[in-house]
Amino acid sequence: MAENISLAFQGIWGHKLRSFLTMLGIIIGIASLITIVATINGTNQQIKENLIGSGTNVINVNLTQNGYVYDFSYSSIPDGVHAITEEDRVYMETLKGVDSVSLFRKRQWVDGVYYKDTSFNGNIYGTDAHFMQVNSMHITDGRGFAEEDLYEHHKIAIVDAKAASSLFAGNSAVGSIIEIKGEPFVVVGICAPDTTSEPVINNLQDYYMYMDTSSGTIYIPISCWDIVYKYDEPQSVAIKAVNTDSMATAGDSVSNYLNERVIENSESPYQYKAENLLEQAAALQELSNATNSQLIWIALISLLVGGIGVMNIMLVSVTERTKEIGLKIAIGAKQRRIRIQFLTEAAALTSIGGVLGVIFGIGLSLLLSSVMGTPVSISVPACIVAVVFSMVIGIVFGLVPAIKASKLNPIDALRYE
Amino acid sequence: MILEMHDICKDYTMGGSIVHILKNIDLTVDENEYLAIMGPSGSGKTTLMNLIGCLDVPTSGSYVFNGHDIPSCSPNELADIRNKDLGFVFQTFHLLPKLSALENAALPLLYGGVRKAERLEMAFEALKTVGLEDRVDFRPDQLSGGQCQRVAIARAIVGKPKLLLADEPTGALDSASGKQVMELFAQLHEAGSTIIMITHDQKIADHAENVKYIYDGVLTGGALYE
Repeated sequence: MAENISLAFQGIWGHKLRSFLTMLGIIIGIASLITIVATINGTNQQIKENLIGSGTNVINVNLTQNGYVYDFSYSSIPDGVHAITEEDRVYMETLKGVDSVSLFRKRQWVDGVYYKDTSFNGNIYGTDAHFMQVNSMHITDGRGFAEEDLYEHHKIAIVDAKAASSLFAGNSAVGSIIEIKGEPFVVVGICAPDTTSEPVINNLQDYYMYMDTSSGTIYIPISCWDIVYKYDEPQSVAIKAVNTDSMATAGDSVSNYLNERVIENSESPYQYKAENLLEQAAALQELSNATNSQLIWIALISLLVGGIGVMNIMLVSVTERTKEIGLKIAIGAKQRRIRIQFLTEAAALTSIGGVLGVIFGIGLSLLLSSVMGTPVSISVPACIVAVVFSMVIGIVFGLVPAIKASKLNPIDALRYE
Repeated sequence: MILEMHDICKDYTMGGSIVHILKNIDLTVDENEYLAIMGPSGSGKTTLMNLIGCLDVPTSGSYVFNGHDIPSCSPNELADIRNKDLGFVFQTFHLLPKLSALENAALPLLYGGVRKAERLEMAFEALKTVGLEDRVDFRPDQLSGGQCQRVAIARAIVGKPKLLLADEPTGALDSASGKQVMELFAQLHEAGSTIIMITHDQKIADHAENVKYIYDGVLTGGALYE
């Protein structure tokens, strides 16, 4: 067998240009396959990393109606849903997988928020004193919320860097007074996530929010929420899990606890539900896969065309080498031997094409990522599968020429001119 | 006795009609015999050679070669017989252009499953026998016609076959090279080889011990009819 392979490589090396042109279809097919898979992988990884939020291990538990997150902007306060008390919050911190818990309310794409004549349309969160710690954020300028601020309903606000830049445009934010729904709030601090500059994206809406507007977030004491928004609005819960693996457990135990504790009727359409970030990541990934998988089909078609090209050249090669085949049969080569010779040659040809395709594909992916900023991640299994697959193409499309060669009549073949 | 043919017929269908190429051939060849079969073109001598060489099977008749009943052999068995017991020398040499003289001579051993080192050693011995030990690394396009035919003879004898079959071995050579090749066959015969040579040239046939004639598919002459 080793002998066959080395003979096959000699044959390929003997016709460099022709072999290269024959491989070209395979090379292009495999290269585009590798690039597409790398792009899919890269996008998926980026989505996952963004959604899971650079290791903050935060899960939000929101009130849902019939499975959809309840939107307080347009709906009235739901019946039969009690407020979550401080005792509940303390108790939830003892649940399995939970590190710490914070209660909050929020609005997205808000209106009626101004600094002088600049309006703001980002997020507003009503938060308790634990929010910054749970969400792994810290104050970079000014101060955070103290207990008194909450008890005494101080109308103060903290802004993140994005909100600061969109509202105050370089002026000092701390000490400025902003208007929320006609009420003045004094900005007392600026906050930022502890880790990296990655945005903290907690759910699908946040993801789109970040992608679309990125105008930032304003935090006010949760006790002031009813000054600007509705009374008795059920809170959302932010949980910091002990670690990434226990995020699902923590989310489930908190939502189960809340459903028993604050929802009056177990048949109620209102349920607390933990955001399943991995599920959301999967949904987004599916979206990007759906578009990219069509590209895979195109790559596969080009591989098919490449395979037919290989078959064509192998048939020509059989005709060209009729005499050689005739002689080999005459001096005692069995049909099987001739078949294997041509199959090996076709497989070697397409395998080399596959390896070159993988190399070109990796190069192309890196080029794409550096020129266009497309996220790519080279998949080693995909590279291995690609080479094996191209070898299989060689064997499949080499079969017809190989059988044709082995069936030659030696008498006619020796006389062939 | 190396081969025994009895009442061999070979028919071909050509354009709907049956052509009888060989008619009731009887032929026996003994060990160390040097036989020439002569006939003009179209007489059926090449067909006879193909039958003797186990490249083809007869339409009817019995053919025993080296103890094998050829008409009942499978294609794989025939391939083995051709590989181990027969050596072919063709008019146009049929060397593989990309292989060296040594590799060409070693080719039958490759299909016989002989290991590489041994194969090359045996091929070198065969090339020595034909007087080309100083040309082992030359490719066919670097050799003269006579040298090519000697490489082909080396390839034919490398596996020490029972029978050497030569089809017009000098047909493509100038007279000087042809003479050398014929001397080589004489040497091989002296050393114990059994040779059948097919030719249309009386001068070449004269080198053989026995000569048989084939006309229109009928084999005549030679020892059997004298």
